Amino acid sequence: MTRNFYTLFLFIFCCSFTALAYSNNKIENSKEDDFDVNEVIMHHIKDSHDFHILDWNGHPVSVPLPVILWTNEGLVAFMSSEFHHDDSGATVVKRKKQAFVKFHEEIYYAGNDKEGKYIQLDSSNHPINDKPLDLSITKLVFSMFLSIIIIFIIFILSAKSYARSKKGEPSGLGKFTEPIIIYIKDEVALPLIGEEKHEKYLPFLLTIFFFIWINNLMGMIPFFPFSANLSGNIAFTGVLAFITFVITTLVSNKHYWKHIFWMPGIPVPMKLFMAPIEFLGIFIKPLSLMIRLFANISAGHIIVLSLISLIFIFKSIWVAPASLLFSVFISLIEVLVVAIQAYIFTMLSALYIGSAMEEQEH
Amino acid sequence: MNLVLFLLQEVDYGPFAAIGAGLAAIGAGIAVGLVGGSTVESIARQPEMQGKLISTAIILIAFAEAVALFAIVLALII
Repeated sequence: MTRNFYTLFLFIFCCSFTALAYSNNKIENSKEDDFDVNEVIMHHIKDSHDFHILDWNGHPVSVPLPVILWTNEGLVAFMSSEFHHDDSGATVVKRKKQAFVKFHEEIYYAGNDKEGKYIQLDSSNHPINDKPLDLSITKLVFSMFLSIIIIFIIFILSAKSYARSKKGEPSGLGKFTEPIIIYIKDEVALPLIGEEKHEKYLPFLLTIFFFIWINNLMGMIPFFPFSANLSGNIAFTGVLAFITFVITTLVSNKHYWKHIFWMPGIPVPMKLFMAPIEFLGIFIKPLSLMIRLFANISAGHIIVLSLISLIFIFKSIWVAPASLLFSVFISLIEVLVVAIQAYIFTMLSALYIGSAMEEQEH
Repeated sequence: MNLVLFLLQEVDYGPFAAIGAGLAAIGAGIAVGLVGGSTVESIARQPEMQGKLISTAIILIAFAEAVALFAIVLALII
């Protein structure tokens, strides 16, 4: 009983730390009259050139990340700290006779200096300055590198644990990874891709499963090296879905294409009607993979942040317990959701790949 | 023509987007409820099929949920 109580206490303590770290993002804004929830949440959801940790006495503390640009004069690299936390295009960084400004987390060539304004806006407030090709290691790229390192450590350690043991039994981390790998193999790859071919696609399925899952979990951890919303970035999920699309198209056999353009057993007028729909389906399948993961993870981050933001909207400490408990609750659900989303992405990829090379029995 | 331009440019669609996302959530909620309910029923009839039924149910829920998520994305864009 006492032990249970301690576990519960520790859990709530850790979760309240979550809330603290999240709310640290917002103290700067709450000092102003209007607390803009939208801006705070979008700032967290989007990518940025430095890793914002907290605000100390109204001054932002962040980890600078390298800015790498492919410009007209060649490759240019500097640290994002040279912008001095400026995001409104007022601070200029000069390299190779060119000047750069950062405006809403995008890097532009600085225009002519008109009263300290380097960014020219058109009528709908979009900058008209030219942009260099931005190859920076941003917050999300940094987070992805970190997740790759973590995945390498996990799997090299579990591989070594097999080499160490005499009977081929796993020990240590291998005990954690083996059931998951066996589960993906037996419950996802084997029934959906088929007996003979599933081992060929297993490395891909395991890679996307662990990559998505670990990145999702890293997004749930609210302090510095983690907390980036990587799997809630549509480019990230888009690339993963695109890989599935390429594999599906490459392995597809004639039955797959026949079932798309001239499906057997249907009257001809219906075939003409169904063929365009089925053809669009080729692209809609990976698109829905992309949007499902993106929207689920982004929605999770947005919900937790909005619940914490309630404290700053109502400007009262009495809202805090309720919003804290709710965010703990949502965080718990999110731990489940991130695993399910990784599983669904893997399973649907396996389903699409499997259905593309299914042999006909009739 | 002016009315169309007015609707495209001047109206703030924020609240409507939220209402639309809410409506989509109703549909997805009904779908998830149906899938979940019948999964529980089938598991009660055939407990030995539990593993397969749950993974099928999760796929179906993912499809149903995707519609609501499209609505969320549209609401965010607008």
